[in-house]
Amino acid sequence: MIANLVQLAAEETEQNPLVPPGPELLVGTIAFAIVFFFFWKKLLPNINKVLEERRAAIEGGIEEADAMKVEAQSVLEQYKAQLAEARHEAARLRQEAQEQGATLIAEMRAEGQRQREEIVAAGHAQIEADRKAAAQALRQDVGTLATELAGKLVGESLEDHARQSRVIDRFLDELEEKAEAAR
Amino acid sequence: MSADQTQLAFDWSCRVLSDNGCGFPAPGLQSFMFKPLATVGGFEFNKVMLLALLATLVIVAFFWAAFGKAKVVPGKVQMIGEAGYDFVRRGIVYETLGKREGEKYVPLMVSLFFFIWIMNVWSVIPLAQFPVSSVIAYPAVLAAIVYLTWVVLTFKKHGFVGFFKNVTGYDKSLGAVLPLVMVIEFFSNLLVRPFTHAVRLFANMFAGHLMLVMFTVASWYLLNSWLVVGAGVSFVMTMAMICFELFVQAVQAYVFVLLACSYVQGALSEHH
Repeated sequence: MIANLVQLAAEETEQNPLVPPGPELLVGTIAFAIVFFFFWKKLLPNINKVLEERRAAIEGGIEEADAMKVEAQSVLEQYKAQLAEARHEAARLRQEAQEQGATLIAEMRAEGQRQREEIVAAGHAQIEADRKAAAQALRQDVGTLATELAGKLVGESLEDHARQSRVIDRFLDELEEKAEAAR
Repeated sequence: MSADQTQLAFDWSCRVLSDNGCGFPAPGLQSFMFKPLATVGGFEFNKVMLLALLATLVIVAFFWAAFGKAKVVPGKVQMIGEAGYDFVRRGIVYETLGKREGEKYVPLMVSLFFFIWIMNVWSVIPLAQFPVSSVIAYPAVLAAIVYLTWVVLTFKKHGFVGFFKNVTGYDKSLGAVLPLVMVIEFFSNLLVRPFTHAVRLFANMFAGHLMLVMFTVASWYLLNSWLVVGAGVSFVMTMAMICFELFVQAVQAYVFVLLACSYVQGALSEHH
């Protein structure tokens, strides 16, 4: 097929537009070779480097933003944790204060109770002691008084009942007088 | 055709309805032939060669401005350059070959794309007004480079026997049809493919240039008496064709590189 064309071309010489003239082939090759050489050796490596740098820069920016986001997140979490801890602490303190208050009240109440009992006990003891002292004194006095009364009764003749009664009354009156004098 | 007829061979004095007796100077093959601008030791340097080298200059200059001192925060020129680069790298190479496999071929494909595109774009640039790729030599060179890349890659990847299995689409499951398939695939891959690869680009640019020249010439030719209406229509068509050509130029560059990538992918794949 190509051979045919070449032959055809040879017959027509210069007229066949499908037959490439030699010099033009040469110029075409050179022209393209120059373009290719510049692209291959200089221009495309140049631009590829820059494109790579740009990609890296963009990716670097994204990474940086990511890192910052992560950091912000962690700070927020930390902050939240601290806040929660603080709340917890406050609650704990309140609870503790309440408990302490309650204990304090209970303690004071117990103390009051104890003091009251002490005072009451002391009072009782005092009363008891007074009573004993009184009883002691009374016993001594009663003996003397009984002896005195008996002497008087015996001294007087025990004639009649009326007399006896008078004696007793008189004795009692004396007693009362004595007591009043003693007061 | 004689040399006098080259160089946008049309007579400015020719007008429709005029009586100097010349007809419509239709564009043809002569529109693709140029007188040498200079001859150095038998080497004829013509306008197409100049435009090809200018394409190189423009591409290298632009991308030097864009990527020469590339910055992480790009300027305007670098941004445009990056957009173009990214279009080829991501939009074509990574799409077909994948990022890992494709990275090696990015320089080749980027060069191909911009070289072809700028060669095509000359078609609508005032004063240049000629698509370099409508001269078969230039697409042929590029197709040959892709072809060589593909052949060498296939050999390297699959070895001698593997190469033939790859280019003939060897597949036992085809059974009786296999010999036929192998013959067809062999021709299609090894002989026809580089040809169609080059001609696809060439023919598109060739036809586009013919259309542009035809409407341009017709706009001038019809600019006489009542046919100015025709000239107007022709002029509008010229404008429309310029827009269309701008589109085709980019598409052809894209298709050429896309095909180059798919050939490379065929060479790298385990099963054809």
